[in-house]
Amino acid sequence: MTSSATTPTTTPAPPGAGSRVSPGLDRARELLVRYGFIAVTIALIGWFLLSEPNFRTSDNLYGLLVYAAPTAIAGLGVTIAMTVGGLDLSVGAAAGFAVSLAAWTMVVQNQVGGVAIGVVLLGGAVIGLVNAALVVWARIPDLLATLTTMFAVMGLKLVLVDGKSISSRMTLDDGTTAPGRFTEGFLWLARGDIGPVPVPAVLLALVAVAVWFLLERTRHGRLLYAVGANAEAARLAGVPVGLYRSAAYVLSGVLASVAGLLLAARIGQGDVSAGNSLLLDAVAVALVGTSVLGRNVPNAWGTVLGAVLVSVMVVGFSMKGLPYYVQDVAKGAVLLAALLFSYTLSRRRTALPGQPAAGGAE
Amino acid sequence: MSTAAVSLRGIGMSFGAHRVLDGVDLDIAAGEVLALLGANGAGKSTLIKVLSGVHPGHDGTIAVAGTEQRMDSPLRARRAGIATVHQRVHDGVVPGLTVAENLAFDDLAHPARRGPSSVLLRRREVMAAARTAVEVLGLDWSDAVLRRDVAELGISDAQLLVLARALVHRPRLLVLDEPTSALSAAEAERLFTVVRAQREAGLAVLYVSHRLGEVDALADRAVVLRDGRVTSDSRAPFRWDVVLPAMLGERAAAHPVGADGIGPPPREALPPGEVAVRLRGVRLLPRSPALDLDLHAGQVTGVVGLLGAGKSELAHGLFGSASWAGGTAELDGRPHAPRSPAAAVRAGVHLVPEDRAGQALLPGWSIARTLSLPFLGELSRGGVVDRSTEGARGRSAVDRFGVVTRSEHTDVGELSGGNQQKVVVGRWLVPGVRVLLLDEPFRGVDLGARRDIGGHARDAARAGAAVVVLSADVDEVLEVADRVLVLVDGAVTLDAPVSGVPRETVVAAFSATSPGGTPS
Ligand SMILES: Nc1ncnc2c1ncn2[C@@H]1O[C@H](COP(=O)(O)OP(=O)(O)OP(=O)(O)O)[C@@H](O)[C@H]1O
Ligand SMILES: [Mg+2]
Repeated sequence: MTSSATTPTTTPAPPGAGSRVSPGLDRARELLVRYGFIAVTIALIGWFLLSEPNFRTSDNLYGLLVYAAPTAIAGLGVTIAMTVGGLDLSVGAAAGFAVSLAAWTMVVQNQVGGVAIGVVLLGGAVIGLVNAALVVWARIPDLLATLTTMFAVMGLKLVLVDGKSISSRMTLDDGTTAPGRFTEGFLWLARGDIGPVPVPAVLLALVAVAVWFLLERTRHGRLLYAVGANAEAARLAGVPVGLYRSAAYVLSGVLASVAGLLLAARIGQGDVSAGNSLLLDAVAVALVGTSVLGRNVPNAWGTVLGAVLVSVMVVGFSMKGLPYYVQDVAKGAVLLAALLFSYTLSRRRTALPGQPAAGGAE
Repeated sequence: MSTAAVSLRGIGMSFGAHRVLDGVDLDIAAGEVLALLGANGAGKSTLIKVLSGVHPGHDGTIAVAGTEQRMDSPLRARRAGIATVHQRVHDGVVPGLTVAENLAFDDLAHPARRGPSSVLLRRREVMAAARTAVEVLGLDWSDAVLRRDVAELGISDAQLLVLARALVHRPRLLVLDEPTSALSAAEAERLFTVVRAQREAGLAVLYVSHRLGEVDALADRAVVLRDGRVTSDSRAPFRWDVVLPAMLGERAAAHPVGADGIGPPPREALPPGEVAVRLRGVRLLPRSPALDLDLHAGQVTGVVGLLGAGKSELAHGLFGSASWAGGTAELDGRPHAPRSPAAAVRAGVHLVPEDRAGQALLPGWSIARTLSLPFLGELSRGGVVDRSTEGARGRSAVDRFGVVTRSEHTDVGELSGGNQQKVVVGRWLVPGVRVLLLDEPFRGVDLGARRDIGGHARDAARAGAAVVVLSADVDEVLEVADRVLVLVDGAVTLDAPVSGVPRETVVAAFSATSPGGTPS
C-alpha cells in the first residue's frame, strides 16, 4: 500500500453537518477524565491549607504520607495483582498476620528486628505463593481463592498468638515474662527520620518508584499487563502466563507484609485487630488509581495518588472535627467520583480486571 | 421498486477530527442484495453501526419504508426493522447461556408479553423459540446441541446462530458485516442459500465482504465506499476492472488481476528446499490416522480444510500451544517438541492464530506494543524495554503492511478489522523466522492487503522459511501456495504442487466428506 492510503482523509465537515458533540466539549471531557481526579485532590488540599492552620505545618504534610504509607504500599500490591487481571482480597489479612508475626518473632522468640523483618517478608511471600497455587494451579477464580486465603490467614494469625495482642514484656501463659520486646531498630521503621523525612514516607517513595519502574519500564511489567489484557493472546505470544500470574500474587503478598511491618512499628505491639481495615482501603485505592490520569489500567502513580487523597481527607476532616463515620461517607464519595470519571465520562469503554474490554472498530 | 426498504441521506460520522463517513446517500430496495465494498478502513463497518443504532451521533437521516427513524440505540434499530450481524461474531453471542437461550435471547431480554409470565424463564418456551429460529436457517441442530453452552460452538456455528437470531423478528433489512470471513466455502454456500430465500421473501440485504467471488455469486448490486464516500454503484454482472480501482484508488495498479478479473495473474512457483519440519505418525485428532508429512523450506505450503479438519491442531502442535493425540516432529533434523509457545518462538516457529480478537489482540494496547510483545527479550536491555526501538519497529511495520492509522501508538481497538489483521500477521512476519504458520491470515483483509500479505509470506519463503498457510478457502490457498495439501478429518486427501493441479481437483478432495451442520 502506498502512503496515500495511510493518511485518513479529514475533509472539513460542511456547515451544519458537524458531529453532534462539539469538539470543545469533547476536549473538556477528555481533560476531566484525565486530570479531574488530581484537580479534586489539589482543591481539597488547598481548602485544608487555607482553612486549617495546623494542616499547614511541614510535620503534618509528612504526616499525610506516613499515614498513607501502609495503605498505599498494600494498594500497590493489589495494583500488581490487578495488572494480571486478578484481585487480591487477602492483603488485609496478610498485613494483619505480618503485625502479629513480627511481634511474636521479637517478643516471644526474642529475636532482633532484622530477623522479624525477614520472617515477615518470607511469610508474605508464602501467602502469595498459596494464592498463586490456588489461582494458577488449582484454577480457582481469584476472588474465591484469595477470599479463602484471607480467612485461613486470619485464623492462622489467631492460632499463632492464641488470640491475644502481643506487647513487649507481656506475661505469657506459663506466668513468665516474655523474653523479648519490640526493638528500637524495628520501631524506627515507623518513628524514625532520614534527614527531615520520616522513614515511612521514604519507604513509600522507594516502593512506589520500584513498582512504577517494574510496571511501566521493564519487560516483566509489560508481560504482567499482557496477561491481564488477554491471557490467551499473551500465551500465544510466548508469555509464560502462569509464571507471571504467580509472581504477581507473590509480590502482592510481600507488599502487604511490608504494609504490616509499618503498622506493627507504628502501633508498637502485635495488635490482633491491626490490618482489618486495610483490605478495603487498599483495594479501593487501587481501583481509584485505575481511573486517575484516565489510563483505565491499574498503575502505580494512580494508586499512590488515591492513597494520598484518602489520607488528606482523613487528616483534614479530623482537624475539622468530623466524626470518623462521616469520613467513611467521604471516602465512598471519592470512590464514586473516580468511578464516574473512568466509566461514565470516559469514552473508552473499559473492562474490570479479568473481563475483556469491549469496543473497538472492525 | 417504488419506495426503498431503507434509504440513507447525507450520512456522516467523525471520530475526533477523523471524518470516517462523509455524505453517504444510499437506497436499498426490498428484495435486493446489496454488496457494500471497500478497502480496509473505508468506513463500511462504521456505516453499518450507524444503521444499527451503535453510533447515534451521526449526521444525516435514515428512513425505513419511507418513514424517517432515529437510530439512537440498537434496540430502536431492531424495532425499526433493521437486523444486524456485526463483524465480530463474539459480540453477538451472550456467554454463559446455552445455544437455545442465545437464540431466544431477544425474547428473554425484551419480552413481547408483560406481566408475571414474562419474568419466569420457561425452558420449554425457550426451546420452542430456539427451534423456530433454527428452522428459519434450515439448520439441523438437535436438542442436545441447543442445550450446550454457547461457548462450545465453533466460530462458524456461532456465526449461524447470530444470523438465526437476527432473522427471527422478520426484519426489513438484514445487515451482514463480513459474515463469511470465518466460514468455509460450503458453510458460506449454506448461508447464501438462506440469504437467497430471504431475498425471494422480499428482504433487503446489505452485505459486506472482501471476497469478490462471493459478491459475484450473491449480490444484485455493488456499492463501493472509499474514504467514507460512495465512489461506485453498479448492478450485476459486475465489471471488476472498474470496481477495483474505485475501491483501491491508485493502489489498484499495484495489484494486477488475472483472467477471471479477481485472482492474481500467474506467478512463478518456488521449488521445495530442504525439509524443515518432519512429522512422523502424527495424529491431529483423537481418532484420525497417523500422518507422515514433510514441510519444505523455501516455499509456501497451503493447507486447505474445513473447520475441525485438523488445520489449527497441526499449527498449534508445532507451536507448542496444544499437543497432538500422538506422533513426533523434527525441526531441521532435531526433535521438536516445544512445551510452550515461548519455546517454539525461540526455535524460530511463529504462529498467526486464526481468531484475532480472542487469540491475538490485547484490548487497549497500541499497535507498537502489540507488535513487540513476543520479542520483548530482544527489545530490552537489562530488563528495561527500549521504547524508541520499539516505536521504530512499530512504525516500519505500519509502513510495510500499509496499516491505515494515524500513528503506531494508536490503540489497536480503533483500527478497522482488516487493519487489525495486518497488525496481527505483521507481528510474526519478521526476519529470521524458520517456520511461519499462518492460520486464516486473510480473514477480513481487503484485496490489496490480501495480495500484500501473500506477497510478504512468499518473500519469507524466498528468504528460506518454511511457510504454511492454513485456510478453509481454496482460492486463498491457491493464490499464495506452491504446494497444496487438503486435510479432511485429520487425514491428507490431496498433496500436490499448485502448478500441476486444477482447482476442481482440490475442491473435490476438499469436499470428500460432507461438512455437516452440527457443532463438533
Ligand atoms: N471507535 C473508533 N474510534 C476511532 N476511530 C475509529 C473507530 N471506529 C472506526 N474508526 C476508524 O474509522 C475508519 C473506518 O473504520 P471501519 O471499521 O468502518 O472500516 P471498514 O470499512 O469496516 O474496514 P474493514 O474492511 O477493515 O473492516 C478506520 O480508519 C478506523 O480506524
Ligand atoms: Mg469492517
